Amino acid sequence: MDVILSVWRQVGPDAEGEFVRYEANDIPDHASFLEMLDIVNENLNTNNEEPIAFDHDCREGICGMCGMMINGQAHGPQLGTATCQLHMRKFKDGDTIRIEPWRAEGFPVVRDLTVDRSAFDRIIEAGGYITVSTGSAPDANLIPVPKLAAEAAMDAAACIGCGACVAACPNSAAQLFTSAKVSHLNLLPQGQAERFSRVADMVDEMEKWFGACSNHGECETACPKSISIDFIALMNRDYIRSKFQQGRLAGQR
Amino acid sequence: MAHTEVDKRDSVKARRKRPFIIEFYSSDVGKKWAMALSGILLLGYLVAHLLGNLKVFLGPENVDLYAEALRDLGGELVPRQSILWLMRIGLLLAYSIHVHAALSLWWRNRKARGSVGYQTRTTYLAATYASRFMAYTGITVFLFILFHLSDLTWGPANPDFVYGDVYANIVATFERVPVAILYIVAILALGAHVRHGAWSLFQSIGINNAKFNKWRNKLAYGLTAFIVLGNISIPLAVQFGILKL
Repeated sequence: MDVILSVWRQVGPDAEGEFVRYEANDIPDHASFLEMLDIVNENLNTNNEEPIAFDHDCREGICGMCGMMINGQAHGPQLGTATCQLHMRKFKDGDTIRIEPWRAEGFPVVRDLTVDRSAFDRIIEAGGYITVSTGSAPDANLIPVPKLAAEAAMDAAACIGCGACVAACPNSAAQLFTSAKVSHLNLLPQGQAERFSRVADMVDEMEKWFGACSNHGECETACPKSISIDFIALMNRDYIRSKFQQGRLAGQR
Repeated sequence: MAHTEVDKRDSVKARRKRPFIIEFYSSDVGKKWAMALSGILLLGYLVAHLLGNLKVFLGPENVDLYAEALRDLGGELVPRQSILWLMRIGLLLAYSIHVHAALSLWWRNRKARGSVGYQTRTTYLAATYASRFMAYTGITVFLFILFHLSDLTWGPANPDFVYGDVYANIVATFERVPVAILYIVAILALGAHVRHGAWSLFQSIGINNAKFNKWRNKLAYGLTAFIVLGNISIPLAVQFGILKL
């Protein structure tokens, strides 16, 4: 199949970017979207042109590296998958496809379709962990975890941190990412000790980089793991509880 | 590393100096809580205001007596109009918080997209027109409130205004076709605002339960239908001659 690409090219973080038109011809329709870009890049290399820079790693939908706006949709038209799992059969022969990087203040463009997502790392550093003494592995099932808690925590833990929620949000808010990471630990018994400091610190860090939630629900639809905005409600509840909790504990610090 | 620890301790100190409520409100999540809670008050007001207004259909004496009863709340126990003014101050306070939080979040969200926004038209899948145009419907409602007050509370926008003569004022103002249209348009904007707000507030204050979730949207639609149909019925009834002097 033949498609026409309109790709955002930007040589560096501070450079002006623009759309450049490429013709991608003879693309097999079982190629993934990233493989299609590989073919385009091969041709660019052959012609001594600079290939299109884009992030990718596992190409099986579990690492969260890839991601781009395809025709105004994060990860393209197929719901519940990352860009690497989107195949060219989802497009028609002769389609024009516009490709843009994620756009957010917290995700500055590095080059072409590559953005710097270290803001997510800052949020994880603020509280996306549990403090345990390391050493030999503890006995399995030493801490009983209720089935429902395990299920809900797993749903939250499915987040691969790709940033599609921020990219799709009209407010560039990272509430879905942060709430998934908060809930993943706050729902489990192992996360209880730092439950309230975690939510307070992670929300505070998130607000340094990203916008606020307006409950549009776009993030949930764009998420390659279909993580529910129910977790945002959970985070909002824990956040106000953290403020009361902190007050009660203040004298003991 | 030493200096970062000092910084951290300083920031904790600074944080503790501020009262809890200011500290909470300074965060975006806190502002959404404030918007939801003030929104609940404003929704309650909208429903109560409409229930009172619907008394016009029971006749002139009924609605005029209702207005008088509002001014006379508390009877002989308190100075006249004092309870009414307390409610008005509470309403104004809730409204101010709602608007302040909305404006600062709107500004924050505008900045969050960055200097270069999307060049491609975004395909919205989940966001509704109601949710996307909250700011615009909100501004419409604000301008409408100014007109509404000068029309039926203060009087300058209504040439036939007589203080305390509620029924006659309502009929006089809605007999003017442009005013009736203006009210209907503004109420539709309010309806769109309520439709998203009444659902959204549950998320903001973390009321999320699998058993209850399917009712959140139904409640929002029900409230919207009641507020829109109820409020629109009055200018329409005047225009069609059902309510007349």
